[in-house]
Amino acid sequence: MASISLDHVVKTYPDGFTAVKGVSLDIADGEFVILVGPSGCGKSTLLRMIVGLEDITDGELRIGEKVVNDLAPRDRDLAMVFQNYALYPHLTVYENIAFPLRLARGQFSDSEVDERVRRASALLELDEHLERKPANLSGGQRQRVAMGRAIVRQAKAFLFDEPLSNLDAKLRGQMRTEIARLQRNLATTTVYVTHDQTEAMTLGDRVAVLRRGELQQVASPRGLYDQPVNLFVAGFIGSPPMNFLPGIVEGDRIRLPLVDVPLDDRLRTAVGEREIVIVGIRPDAYEDVDTLEPHKAEGGVRFEADVDVTEWLGEVLYAYVPFETHDAVREKLAELDRDLDGEGMRTQLVVTLDSMSTVRAGDAAELWFHPDSMHIFDAETGDSLTRDEDRAAELEEEAKEQRRRALERAKRRAEREAQAAADGEERASA
Amino acid sequence: MGGMSTKQRIGWVVITVVVLLWSLFPVVSILMTSFKTQAGLFSGKFLPPEWTWENYATILAPGGSAQDLFLPSLRNSIGISLISTVVAVVLATFCAYAIARLDFRGKKLILTTALAVSVFPVVSIVTPLFNLWRSIGLYDTWPGLIIPYLSLTLPISIWTLAAFFRQIPWELEQAAQVDGATPFQAFRKAVVPLAAPGVFTTAIIAFFIAWNDFVYGISLTSTSAARPVPAALSFFTGASQFEEPTGAISAAAIVVTVPIVIVVLIFQRRIVSGLTQGAVKG
Ligand SMILES: Nc1ncnc2c1ncn2[C@@H]1O[C@H](COP(=O)(O)OP(=O)(O)OP(=O)(O)O)[C@@H](O)[C@H]1O
Ligand SMILES: [Mg+2]
Repeated sequence: MASISLDHVVKTYPDGFTAVKGVSLDIADGEFVILVGPSGCGKSTLLRMIVGLEDITDGELRIGEKVVNDLAPRDRDLAMVFQNYALYPHLTVYENIAFPLRLARGQFSDSEVDERVRRASALLELDEHLERKPANLSGGQRQRVAMGRAIVRQAKAFLFDEPLSNLDAKLRGQMRTEIARLQRNLATTTVYVTHDQTEAMTLGDRVAVLRRGELQQVASPRGLYDQPVNLFVAGFIGSPPMNFLPGIVEGDRIRLPLVDVPLDDRLRTAVGEREIVIVGIRPDAYEDVDTLEPHKAEGGVRFEADVDVTEWLGEVLYAYVPFETHDAVREKLAELDRDLDGEGMRTQLVVTLDSMSTVRAGDAAELWFHPDSMHIFDAETGDSLTRDEDRAAELEEEAKEQRRRALERAKRRAEREAQAAADGEERASA
Repeated sequence: MGGMSTKQRIGWVVITVVVLLWSLFPVVSILMTSFKTQAGLFSGKFLPPEWTWENYATILAPGGSAQDLFLPSLRNSIGISLISTVVAVVLATFCAYAIARLDFRGKKLILTTALAVSVFPVVSIVTPLFNLWRSIGLYDTWPGLIIPYLSLTLPISIWTLAAFFRQIPWELEQAAQVDGATPFQAFRKAVVPLAAPGVFTTAIIAFFIAWNDFVYGISLTSTSAARPVPAALSFFTGASQFEEPTGAISAAAIVVTVPIVIVVLIFQRRIVSGLTQGAVKG
């Protein structure tokens, strides 16, 4: 186990394309870090540089205290789960898992290899498949074999490259919790690449958001959601994505499509001298006035909206409200949409309503939101103007504390289990 | 074949039987002929009226009339075919590996040239070769046959192996390196086991091509120093002017066919290379 630290790491491919542009990231010992970003932003490249399959063009990579830029993969002692598993088809499940141990020749006796393989297979519930070939396994089973191969030796860190992307939704959910459980139990430093929102938000202690080879923000999932540093992070994190509206500042009000909002102190400082800004409001910040509890309504703004389409999903109702955007921000928002792999979305507001709401397509609904939920971004640079550094630091502290407690619990549980196993043996031998 | 109706199944059985009969009949017929006596040859019956090993004795036993013609040619055939197979497969393996793994200029050119060479009619180069070989002393020698055989076996080997290597999940090599293998170990433990069936299949195909050649064998040899079996067969003569060598030729044909059939049967499973399945998600 070890920490991993990247210091201004750059990757330029032989064809001249710079896929990673100076990324600096410190991953603590035992931490679970997620790399997210749209397709082609350099996630896999970064991971492959860490594991040693791709040369580092510039910058420094340290594992523990040691600079490993020029070490071969085998000397870095990291375990990786590939996107397509890369199991050895000519070997049985048992031999696939034992493969790394057999390569460390002389280090493990046959009985030690056997013991470790069986421990890994028990953990991953692969016992009954040990003698089978990978070709005959289901996707989820193959995925577990790949995990087994990674955990069988005590590597310094685990690296995952979208390990769940080819599984169906149900299995993906199952494996996700399994990975989370496994990592908590083993407390091994983990870097996990994904572009799945749920995986990014639920698995990691911290999430690193990449865009075109540049790191945008590294924070706890809650930190990213509440205190994004710029338009890109705000738009990337959260599903359905944040609504971005043009905001025209007029005196002590800010004019949004559909509604005017009075500027309070927080917004006033954020806006400064600007005349036009981009306002971000998450879909779940809106409420249907009909289902709103009266005491919550205080201080918020109400407005009428013509609902175009609704989608009822059982637990929530999504309502879509088209609006006219403003020329000054159209270009910026179109660029953002391209960055986010969007498909030239229409300018519409997505609103998450209570599933009891009676709003239907074609209705004029009365909606409500509180100005405190507004994020304000610079229309030129896309930087967040409402980001609260103190609040962000507080969130990071909380996340760290939670993480520490989880690790302690895991350690205590492991001790208890070891104790129980020892007692069992004593009783058996008595 | 669970989804087939009875009608379809009967249809398939009939077709299979017809194809089997069609392709096996000549072989069985030759086998029967090889057991016929001189008189039996003209009996007009499919089965030999009386069974005899006489024809085999003629070509194999010491003192048999065709023995000094057959045995050296058998040795030549085995030696020449094996050497051209090994050379072709080794060269083709390197070539195909490069074609499958690396991006370099002239990759297309190599493949098209190989294809062009393999479709070039043999008869059109055999006369120039005959003259050339005579003048540089390769006529009637093993290398004199191995070299033209390579022109037949190399292109097909390169094409088969390149196609095969392209399917190998090369990520396995990287996975093995991450698991702690040196680059060479990764190649040997993760790639070679997958490539082996392909190389093996290619070797068998190459061997057949060399083994079956007749045109080069008859044109570029003059003595038993290098003459291969297919060419030697045409030099068989009967015991007297009035005897047909049919029996001996049949026996010789069986002797050179049976080993091949056995090899194919033994290695059938390896030739069918279902091995790469399951390496990656699928
Ligand atoms: N071998 C290569 N040579 C040149 N450019 C490459 C090479 N491999 C990747 N790239 C480029 O580097 C960029 C980052 O690729 P990478 O595979 O890291 O993306 P990614 O973030 O993993 O995307 P995805 O989510 O689609 O897997 C891409 O624009 C890609 O075109
Ligand atoms: Mg990738």
